[in-house]
Amino acid sequence: MDGFSIQLTRLLFRGTVAHHTLRSTHSPLPAGQLHCIWASAGRTGNMKLQYKGEKLFQPVAQSRYPQPKLLEQRPTELLTLTPWLAPIVSEGTFNAELLQHIYQPLNLTIGLTVFAVGKYTHFVQHFLESAELFFMHGYRVCYYVFTDDPTAIPQVPLGPGRRLGIIPIQRHSRWEEISTRRMEIISQHIAKRAHREVDYLFCVDVDMVFRNPWGPETLGDLVAAIHPGYYAVPRQQFPYERRHVSTAFVADGEGDFYYGGAVFGGRVANVYEFTRGCHMAILADKANGIMAAWQEESHLNRRFISHKPSKVLSPEYLWDDRKRQPPSLKLIRFSTLDKDTSWLRS
Amino acid sequence: MLHARQDLPGDFWGKSSKSWLFLILLFIASFGFYSNVFNWIPRWRQREVSQSCEAHHLQGQRESPPLSKGDCCPDTCRVPRVPRMLYPKAHVLQPPRVDVLLMTPWFAPIIWDGTYDSAILDAQFRNTTIGLTVFAIKKYVVFLKLFLETAEKYFMVGHRVIYYILTDRPADVPQIPLQEGRRVVILKVRNYTRWQDVVLHRMEMISNFSQQRFLHEVDYLVSADVDMKFSDHVGVEILSSLFGTLHPGFYASDRQRFTYERRPLSQAYIPEDEGDFYYAAALYGGSVAEVYRLATACHQATLIDKANGIEAVWHEESHLNKYLLYHKPTKVLSPEYVWDERMLRKPPYLRRLRYVAVPKNHAQIRSR
Repeated sequence: MDGFSIQLTRLLFRGTVAHHTLRSTHSPLPAGQLHCIWASAGRTGNMKLQYKGEKLFQPVAQSRYPQPKLLEQRPTELLTLTPWLAPIVSEGTFNAELLQHIYQPLNLTIGLTVFAVGKYTHFVQHFLESAELFFMHGYRVCYYVFTDDPTAIPQVPLGPGRRLGIIPIQRHSRWEEISTRRMEIISQHIAKRAHREVDYLFCVDVDMVFRNPWGPETLGDLVAAIHPGYYAVPRQQFPYERRHVSTAFVADGEGDFYYGGAVFGGRVANVYEFTRGCHMAILADKANGIMAAWQEESHLNRRFISHKPSKVLSPEYLWDDRKRQPPSLKLIRFSTLDKDTSWLRS
Repeated sequence: MLHARQDLPGDFWGKSSKSWLFLILLFIASFGFYSNVFNWIPRWRQREVSQSCEAHHLQGQRESPPLSKGDCCPDTCRVPRVPRMLYPKAHVLQPPRVDVLLMTPWFAPIIWDGTYDSAILDAQFRNTTIGLTVFAIKKYVVFLKLFLETAEKYFMVGHRVIYYILTDRPADVPQIPLQEGRRVVILKVRNYTRWQDVVLHRMEMISNFSQQRFLHEVDYLVSADVDMKFSDHVGVEILSSLFGTLHPGFYASDRQRFTYERRPLSQAYIPEDEGDFYYAAALYGGSVAEVYRLATACHQATLIDKANGIEAVWHEESHLNKYLLYHKPTKVLSPEYVWDERMLRKPPYLRRLRYVAVPKNHAQIRSR
C-alpha cells in the first residue's frame, strides 16, 4: 500500500495524520532485570485474584529477531495448527531464541519419567547420556527412572541443576502388564512426589535416544506426540481399539491423530489428571477381562480425543529410525533405538 | 410436588372416576415437575446439559488433584473435555492454508478462516461467559444500535455474553432485543472534551471496571470499537489469555513502516528494528486478568507520557502495540477481524470480513 492510502486509512480509523521524523538513534530499553512471561503468584499483583497460583504475563526481554512474514508461500509444510488451534511443533515453526527469552527466566523444573524394567535397564545409559546433551538444555531437570532393579541403573554424570531419582517398582511376568501399569504408577508418583518437584512432566519410553535439541517449544498444558507410523494415513487405518466392550473404543468416524504412547506430557497437574483417567479406564477394562489392542497407547488415544492436547509434537519428536525420513520432517529429535524385541521381552 | 390426595365424596368413586383421578394426578405431577425444573434451576434453558462435562469439571474441583508448585489458573490451563463428535480429520501433510502464516514464532495461532473447527471449539468453550466492552461517548451513541444488532447476529452466538456499554449518555442506549443468555450492562462514565482524551482514558476505565466488576462476571473480555459492525462470524476461536488483531493497513508492511511511536521520550516508543505486527486498538482482549494488566499498564504509560508533556502518536493504539510487543499475545486475529471495506481492496486471501468500519463524518461526530 502506498503512503497516501495508508494515511487515508489512518484518517478513517483514528483521525488526523501525524507525520513524524524517524530518529536515527534510539535509547535502549529501560534497564532492569529480565522479566519472564510466567512468574510465581502474588508478585506485584495490583489486583487480588480469586484463584491462586496464576501465572502472570510479564514482559519479554528485548530481543532481535526477524519479523514474522504474514503472507507466506510454503509448500510441503507440515500442518502447524490443529483444528482446535493447538500448535503442532516442528522445525521452522518457532523461534528458539525467542522462546528461550520467554521460558528461561521462569526457573522451571521439567520432569522426565522412564520405565526401565527387566532387560530394559540396558537402555538407561544411552538414554540419559543423550538426554544430557539434548533434553531441556539449560533448565532444571528431574529424571524419574522407574525400575525393578535399582542396582542396574548406571551412574551417568549429570549437568548442573539436573538430578536423577530412581523409583523401585514391582516386576511383572508379562510385558503387557508392565505397560498398562505405567499410567497408574505415574499418577501415583505425581501425587506423592513429582507435584512438589516439577512444573512440567514428560513421560517417555526408555528404548529411545535424543538426537537433537528438545527444548521449551515442547512445553504446554497437555502435550501429545504424533505417532511416526500413522501421520499420513486416514483415521480408519489408525490402530485404535475397535472393540465396543473396551473403554478405549474409538468408532470409525472419530479421531484426530494417532498419538504415540511413547511421548506425552504437560503441566504436572494435567498429566496427573490424564494418567489417572487412563488408569481408571484400564481398570474398567481389566474388570471386563479385556486388554486394549495397544495397551496404554489405546487408552491414551481414546483420552486425547475427548481431552484434546493443547500442543502437539510433530513426528520429529517421536521417530522410528527404521523409516525413511521424509522431507517434511526437518530435524529428528527423539527416535527409536534399534532393538531385538523378542530378546527383550523374554 | 404431588398434592396430598384430597378427600372426595364417597359416591364419586367409580371406574371412570379413577381414570379421571389418574389424569388429574398425572397433570399435577407434571406441573409440579416442570415448575421445579424451570424455577429452581436458574438459566435452565441456557445451560447445555452435558453430564460428563459438568461431572468432569466438578470432579476436578472436588477431588483436588495435587497442586503443582506453580498451579495453573482455570481459564488458561484447564483441559476442557469435549463430547463425542463427528467431523472431518485434519491432514498432517496438508495445511488448510498455505497462502498465509498460521502461527507466530511464539506459537500463537493466527486466526484465519478455514484454520479452525468451530464445533470443537464451541464444545471446549461451553460454559464460558464473554464480556464485550464498547465505548459510546457523546455522539458515538448513534453507532450502538447497528453495533449491537450485528453483534446479536454474529458475536459469540450460542455462548453467554454480557455487553458492557461504557457511555456518558445512558439514556441514549437503544433497547435491542437480545438472544438467550445475553444481557446489556450500562456503565456510566465521564466524557472528555478532546477526542484524544476520550480514547486515552478508555484503558483507565477498562482497568477500573475489570477490578470492580468484570472479574466476577465474565471469563473473557473483548474490547471493541463502537463505530463498527459485525458482518460475519466472530466466535470462541478468538478466545485466549491475550489476543490482538492485525491492523488492516499494515499486515503486509515491514516493521519499519509500522506507525509505532518513534520518539524515545514516550513510553510507547518502539525502535525501528523491533516489532512483530501492528495491532489495531479496535479489537483486542483476553482473560479478565490479562486485559486488566494490559489496560493498567497502558494507562500508567499514558500518565507518564502526560507528565512528560508528550502524547503518543496513535494514542491508546501506540501503547497497546508497545504492550503486545513485550507481552506476546497468545492468539493473533487476522485482518478478517478488523477491516475497512471502503478504504481497502479486499485481497484474495481474506475470505471473510467479520468486523468492519461503519462510515462516519469525522468532523461532525467528534465535536460535542
